[in-house]
Amino acid sequence: MIGVLALQGGFAAHARMLRSLGAHVREVRVPGDLAHLDGLVMPGGESTTMTLGIEREGLADPLRELAASGTPILATCAGLIMLDREHLGVMDIVARRNAFGRQVRSFEADVAVAGFPGPPVRAIFIRAPWIAEHADDVEILASVDGHAIAARQGNLLAVAFHLELGADTRLHEHFLQLSAVSP
Amino acid sequence: MRDEATFRVKAGLAEMLKGGVIMDVVDAEQAGIAESAGAAAVMALERVPADIRRDGGVARMSDPAMIKAIQDAVTIPVMAKARIGHIAEAQVLEALEVDYIDESEVLTPADDANHIDKWPFSVPFVCGATNLGEALRRIGEGAAMIRSKGEAGTGDIVEAVRHMRSIRADIRRLATLDESELATAAKELGAPLDLVRGVAHEGGLPVVLFCAGGIATPADASLMMQLGAEGVFVGSGIFKSSDPQARAQAIVEATTHFADAERVARASEGLGEAMTSLETSSLHGEQLLAQRGW
Repeated sequence: MIGVLALQGGFAAHARMLRSLGAHVREVRVPGDLAHLDGLVMPGGESTTMTLGIEREGLADPLRELAASGTPILATCAGLIMLDREHLGVMDIVARRNAFGRQVRSFEADVAVAGFPGPPVRAIFIRAPWIAEHADDVEILASVDGHAIAARQGNLLAVAFHLELGADTRLHEHFLQLSAVSP
Repeated sequence: MRDEATFRVKAGLAEMLKGGVIMDVVDAEQAGIAESAGAAAVMALERVPADIRRDGGVARMSDPAMIKAIQDAVTIPVMAKARIGHIAEAQVLEALEVDYIDESEVLTPADDANHIDKWPFSVPFVCGATNLGEALRRIGEGAAMIRSKGEAGTGDIVEAVRHMRSIRADIRRLATLDESELATAAKELGAPLDLVRGVAHEGGLPVVLFCAGGIATPADASLMMQLGAEGVFVGSGIFKSSDPQARAQAIVEATTHFADAERVARASEGLGEAMTSLETSSLHGEQLLAQRGW
C-alpha cells in the first residue's frame, strides 16, 4: 500500500500514475492513514498551505517517524520543501522556494537523472524550488542551470519537478521498486 | 530543450492548487490573513463581488500598485481579474507577472461578443462556466483552468450547485455516446469536437475544475467538493463575514476533509456571522453576473 499525502496539491495525478502501475493507493489526511504503508508520496502543492495542514493534523511527528523507519518517501516540488531542514527536518537539504521565479518562469526541460535508464526525462517545473544546500551524504541526481533539483538520501527521494503530469513513469516505477511493491 | 508557457506548465499550476481554497483579497493585510489561514492562492481585486454588486457602475481590473503590494506580501500564487475580452488588461496583468489571470464575469465585460484569445499569453487563464459547452469553449480559447461560475457576491450556493451539476452531468452523458453521437453533441454544446471527444474518453475535463460563486460556509465547500469540484474559490464569503481568519481556516479544513462529516461539523463550530447574503432568485436581468460571458 502506497500512501499519497492529500492535504492539498497534486495528489490526484500521483495516485493515478501509481494505480496505472498496479499499486494500491491510500490518500493520507490524518496520522491514522499512515499505518502499514510500504511507501509515501508527498506531492507538489503550496508549501505554506501544506505546512499549515501538517500542523493542523498533527502529522509532523508521525511523518518524521515514518521517514526514520526507513519507509521510502518520494517527494516532489512542495514535498521536497517539506522534507528539508527548515520544515520536517528529515532530509539534510535546504530548499529555496519558488527559486526559478513566478509562474511565467515555469518551464519544462529535458533532464538527465543519474541512475535512470534511457533518454532524459521531460521534467515539468512549476514555481519550482531548488536545493540550495545539502549534506555530503545527500546524492544529487540531477541539476538544471547548475542548481540541484533531484536528490536522494537513504530512503528519501526528492525532486523539484513533476513527472506525474506527463506520461513518463520511470520515477514512479523506481519508487515502487524501492517500496518493494511489484509495479 | 527548454520550453516555457507550454499548456502542461499552465494547466500544471492548477493541478498544484487542487484540494485548496483560493480567496479574494483586497489588500496586503487580507492577503496575509488568507495565507496564514491556509489559502492555496489569493485573488487580488479592489472590491469583492458583494461590494461590486452594491456599488454598481463599471468594475475593472485592479490598480497594479495594489496587486504588487499583495505579491510582495505573500509567497503563495497571486491571481488577478481582467474583464471579459479585455486583451490589454490581461497584457498588463501578464506584465505584472501575476500567476493566473481570471477572465471574469464579476467585472464588467469589455467585449460583448468575444473572449480573450488566451493562447498567446505566457500566464495561464482561469475562466468561469455555467455548463460544459461554455467550459469547453473557454478551453478551446486557451483557458488552463475552469471554475463553475455560481452567482458571485450573493452567499447563495444554489447557482454554484446548478452549474457544477450541469457540467458533471454533461460529462457523464458524453461518456455514453458513440462517435457519430459525439459529433452531434459537439454541435449542440457549441464546443470543439476534439475537446468533446477527449472529455468522453477521459471522463473529465482536460483541465482542473474548481467552483466559485456563493460559497459562504465550510459545509458549502464540502457540498461543492462532493459534487465534483476539485477546489474552491471563495470571494466575499470570507472577508465579509464577522471573523475572517476563523472562517478562512474552517473552509480550508472543510475542503480537505470534505468527505468527513465530523470534521466539517467541527470546522463549522462558532464561526460567528456569515456574510450578508442575497437570495439569487430575488435577482434578475443585469443583476445576474453568471449571464455575462457566452
